Amino acid sequence: MATKTAEKKATSRELTKMQWKLKEAKQNWVAYLMVAPYMIFFTLFTIVPVVFSILLSFTDFNMLEVPNIVWLKNYVTLFFDDDVFLIAIKNTFIFAVIVGPASYLMSFLVAWFINELPPKVRAIVTLIFYAPSISGQAYLIWATLFSSDSYGWANAVLLKLGIIDTEIAWFQDEKYVMPLCIIVALWTSLGTSFLAFIAGLQGIDHSLFEAGAVDGVRNRWQELYYITLPSMKPQLMFGAVMSITGSFGFGGIVTALAGFPSVNYCAHTIMHHLEDYGGQRYEIGYSSAIAVLLFLIMVGANLLVKKIISRLGT
Amino acid sequence: MAKLRTRNHKVVLARSAGGDTGISIILINLGLFMFLPMWYILIQSLKPLDELWMFPPRFYVISPTFKNFRDLFTLMNISWVPFSRYIFNTLLTSVAGTFGHLLLASMASYALAKIKFPGREGMFQIVQLSLMFNSTVTAITSFILMANLHWLDTYWALIVPAWCSSLGLYLMKQFMDTNVNDSVLESARLDGAGEFRTFWIIAMPMVKPAWLTLIIYSFQGLWNAGASMYIYSEQYKSLNYAIGQITAGGIKRAGASAAAQVIMMLVPILVFVVSQSNIIETMGSSGMKD
Repeated sequence: MATKTAEKKATSRELTKMQWKLKEAKQNWVAYLMVAPYMIFFTLFTIVPVVFSILLSFTDFNMLEVPNIVWLKNYVTLFFDDDVFLIAIKNTFIFAVIVGPASYLMSFLVAWFINELPPKVRAIVTLIFYAPSISGQAYLIWATLFSSDSYGWANAVLLKLGIIDTEIAWFQDEKYVMPLCIIVALWTSLGTSFLAFIAGLQGIDHSLFEAGAVDGVRNRWQELYYITLPSMKPQLMFGAVMSITGSFGFGGIVTALAGFPSVNYCAHTIMHHLEDYGGQRYEIGYSSAIAVLLFLIMVGANLLVKKIISRLGT
Repeated sequence: MAKLRTRNHKVVLARSAGGDTGISIILINLGLFMFLPMWYILIQSLKPLDELWMFPPRFYVISPTFKNFRDLFTLMNISWVPFSRYIFNTLLTSVAGTFGHLLLASMASYALAKIKFPGREGMFQIVQLSLMFNSTVTAITSFILMANLHWLDTYWALIVPAWCSSLGLYLMKQFMDTNVNDSVLESARLDGAGEFRTFWIIAMPMVKPAWLTLIIYSFQGLWNAGASMYIYSEQYKSLNYAIGQITAGGIKRAGASAAAQVIMMLVPILVFVVSQSNIIETMGSSGMKD
């Protein structure tokens, strides 16, 4: 409303839109002063690195020599001449496709299950589920539980039950590294989106449920589908962004548990490839191309899922 | 019409017993999956050496002891750089990073949420977009940037990037949108208060849950920060890194390393316990519009 009347005033004074904007900007110069400190640092440490990566990805910069422009050569090499990168892409997608949706679903279901518990109990259950995601390197305990000797819990149980007769080196065996890392990633994945869902469920206007019950909603599943989900769409959207971004970025768990590089690159992700070329071989141009692809994949996945959720229930 | 019943003075739809049981079973299983590893960390730290190496490993302890914690402190005392230095480093970066972030992000959020100026939509869109990728993407170029700023191997490299975390600004702005009443701000402005005064005196006290949330998120990130690619010198490294070094000491330090893990995990958990209700309140307005 306010802007509409403002615009009318503008035309009556025969100001162009541009001039009006300028006037508005001048009137609110304090606002620019207030956003400036944050925006300057944000630009410096987020926008500049992204733009810079894109530019560098077209060069062969290696920190020592003057960079040459090589156009798309880095990208071509990545897709046609770098087998390890193809493994990395495959693994990253496997991780993301499993961990992203699974953690999202788990966050939502747990939040929904505990929604009707008394507040004190709910707080305790929330803590139990949320704790692993904030406890730093607590996930290293999985290396103890699945250690390669018989003092590891998994080996001990299997030995005792007579299922195996020699210890399994869990994190050195190609068969087990990926599944185990996925389990550990899930264990740490009930984070911000989980809290957002709890809050979203608590915030739904209760009269909606009453009205729904009167209108013939018969059970909790119908209630979930017709009332709960549509009422917390904004939280679902925010949670999706948090889960997706998280699911692409957990290479750290793999490094800590399975080493770097993992056996035969079996759990090598794009993040590891980036670390390898950027952090260790200083092939900055090449690693920038990797970073740009990772950026495009993450943002693309997020925008896609946001679009899907925004169509939910319409 | 469906069966209704009341719970907490509210009318709710009757729940089928079968559904309740099914949900309880799933919840308990998931709960055990989440809880048992955490429990095991705690139990390991209380086990005397002979129990640590007992076959099969147990999820309980027969004769609990604090010896592991004492061993940890002994190990801390013989480290090459005094251990207090690592604690100081982590505290300094956590406090400076967190408060800078809180101040900068709140001030910017206030302007973005409550002052109508050209460009605010675009700025917020960009910050929101940056929630969609993580720092891995910018790691290499940030390193080059730090090198050019001559910030490598200084505290600045750890503190300043924490100031402009985008999640903090996002949550604060959304919270101000829904919880700070425009008419209150308007009357303050009519009384002659400038924007900075209105922000500090009127708006900030109204968003306490949000700043607590920002503090906790920022603190968690900085507390859990391990080895940084920006830091080479031992005397600038973090507590988390130093504890990792103790843990890497192998079999004879298994007890001390279990104790170290407990200390490192208890701090963020305790911080969350005291602030849980505020964080949930903040998340109430975290929703994203399309």
